[in-house]
Amino acid sequence: MQPGKRLTGKVAIVTGGASGIGAETARIFAVHGAMVMLTDANVALGESVVHDIVAAGGTAQFSQHDVRSEERWSSIVAATEASFGRLDILCNIAGISGRDPTLNIQTSLTAGPRLAEQTLEQWNLVMEINATGVFLGTKAAIPAMQRAGGGSIINISSICGIVGSHANAAYHASKGAVRIFSKAAAIQYAPDKIRVNSVHPGFVDTPMTKPGHSNPDVARKRLEVTPLGRFGTPADIAAGCLYLASDESSWVTGSELVIDGGMTAN
Amino acid sequence: MRLKGKVAIITGGAHGMGEAEARLFAKEGAAVVIADVLQKEGEAVAADISAGQGRATFMTTDVTSELAWDKLIATTIATYGKLDILVNNAGISGSSVGDELALAGWERLMAVNATSVFLGTTRAAAVMAKSGGGSIVNISSIMGFIGGADSHPGYSASKGAVRILTKTAAVRFGPSGVRVNSVHPGFLPPMLNNTNADGRASKVAVTPLRRLGEVMDVAYGVLYLASDEASFVTGTELVIDGGYIAQ
Ligand SMILES: NC(=O)c1ccc[n+]([C@@H]2O[C@H](COP(=O)([O-])OP(=O)(O)OC[C@H]3O[C@@H](n4cnc5c(N)ncnc54)[C@H](O)[C@@H]3O)[C@@H](O)[C@H]2O)c1
Ligand SMILES: NC(=O)c1ccc[n+]([C@@H]2O[C@H](COP(=O)([O-])OP(=O)(O)OC[C@H]3O[C@@H](n4cnc5c(N)ncnc54)[C@H](O)[C@@H]3O)[C@@H](O)[C@H]2O)c1
Repeated sequence: MQPGKRLTGKVAIVTGGASGIGAETARIFAVHGAMVMLTDANVALGESVVHDIVAAGGTAQFSQHDVRSEERWSSIVAATEASFGRLDILCNIAGISGRDPTLNIQTSLTAGPRLAEQTLEQWNLVMEINATGVFLGTKAAIPAMQRAGGGSIINISSICGIVGSHANAAYHASKGAVRIFSKAAAIQYAPDKIRVNSVHPGFVDTPMTKPGHSNPDVARKRLEVTPLGRFGTPADIAAGCLYLASDESSWVTGSELVIDGGMTAN
Repeated sequence: MRLKGKVAIITGGAHGMGEAEARLFAKEGAAVVIADVLQKEGEAVAADISAGQGRATFMTTDVTSELAWDKLIATTIATYGKLDILVNNAGISGSSVGDELALAGWERLMAVNATSVFLGTTRAAAVMAKSGGGSIVNISSIMGFIGGADSHPGYSASKGAVRILTKTAAVRFGPSGVRVNSVHPGFLPPMLNNTNADGRASKVAVTPLRRLGEVMDVAYGVLYLASDEASFVTGTELVIDGGYIAQ
């Protein structure tokens, strides 16, 4: 391995790679020598991130992806093996908060519909993208990782997968599902040296949190309960993903990595 | 180099995981103070690191002594100018204290494994706060989460204490820029003076990844938490156990 590079020769799929945490994770993986299949529903943004990675000397390709589609998952895994020869790392980052997409600024302290006002369609959409998407991705990656002799799957949950709040209950449920699904997958595929861990970001400045953090009252209330007194950056989360993706964590599986500035210890 | 220009104290750095961390940290650019009761071994590790271009010194330190902590921190600052990282790694095994249910064993385990972490965390945090922040990594165990039939109750209690005192310290010292996290190793090679050492082979079968941990498995996790890559990580539990407690 070249000094300083921690993923040399490895092949990674990063979902949600067009924006926020996913874009930064894909970029850092490439900086560390990984070949990255970057996927996202947003084609224009995804292609531009890939363009930047390649311009900076990294190796990356873009695939249009709806993580709810099992068919699409199998063609993306096949395309990854065809282009890069193997699959070592899957980072399931694509997700939605379930907030009204036309909302540019959150107007009250509690985001999204409360439980009793939530429609079944809203619930299902969040569960399908955030939880079912992770199941489908993990399922599709396992045979490829078995062929590669092992691998590392990193599922982005949230502190909302650990504690409750006034935010969208479907979001909490989907992230709780990711947390415990990761442990079950870890136990089932440990004999194949496939590691599965979850990452639990606190509040990170990305397009997802922009409507909330654009309201100074919302932002202030959140910072007041964060011991480190700032929001996370995508790079903070990407660094945790890098640790879990690399062989430095080869004895870590079924673990939860909380990156939240101390919010849930509080 | 991931710890370039940093100054770190590693307790229990003369042997085992602490030794691995001392060597790794020095390789990543930190100046390392190894604090241990084992003088000969500790001096040898420091000398070896220094011979290989790293920066390390040894200080005979009993982590149960408040006076020893004051001296350790003062000497570190006198030698290297500051303190950025403290790894509270020194510890003793449950079987090393003899009779499981004797009060003296419980007290010894609490003193070496838990009180030491209280002393180190609070003293180091005070110094780090003055210089804008730092990172404290406390070595707990999976026994800080679960009961184990062959774990000494005092060992488990001491490790549970480390787990939660870490969170309190994280909340308390976060506003001063001091991060405090715990690491929870699973079954690794036995600790010094562990009389149950033979039981290790059977631990492989119950560890999902089907091997015991190696000191580097833990050292890399400690490196991550110590470095600026983890600058938004505090009050967190990093479990490094081959999947043992996930099942
Ligand atoms: N930002 C935070 O504070 C925060 C906190 C905790 C967890 N998370 C989680 O981190 C992950 C990334 O969030 P972010 O903040 O970077 O958000 P983001 O909105 O910036 O990025 C999410 C990406 O996922 C993509 N995506 C959405 N639905 C998709 C689908 N069906 N198929 C494929 N791609 C899809 C979007 O196009 C977007 O590019 C999410 O899973 C989110 O729940 C974020
Ligand atoms: N080995 C394991 O399976 C395991 C598992 C989980 C957690 N741990 C924890 O990891 C840490 C390191 O364990 P290890 O396996 O490297 O053990 P080790 O016995 O190899 O090393 C421990 C070091 O601490 C030193 N030490 C003991 N008492 C001290 C005191 N009063 N003052 C200063 N130094 C003292 C010892 O001299 C030794 O160098 C311990 O806290 C241990 O409880 C170990």
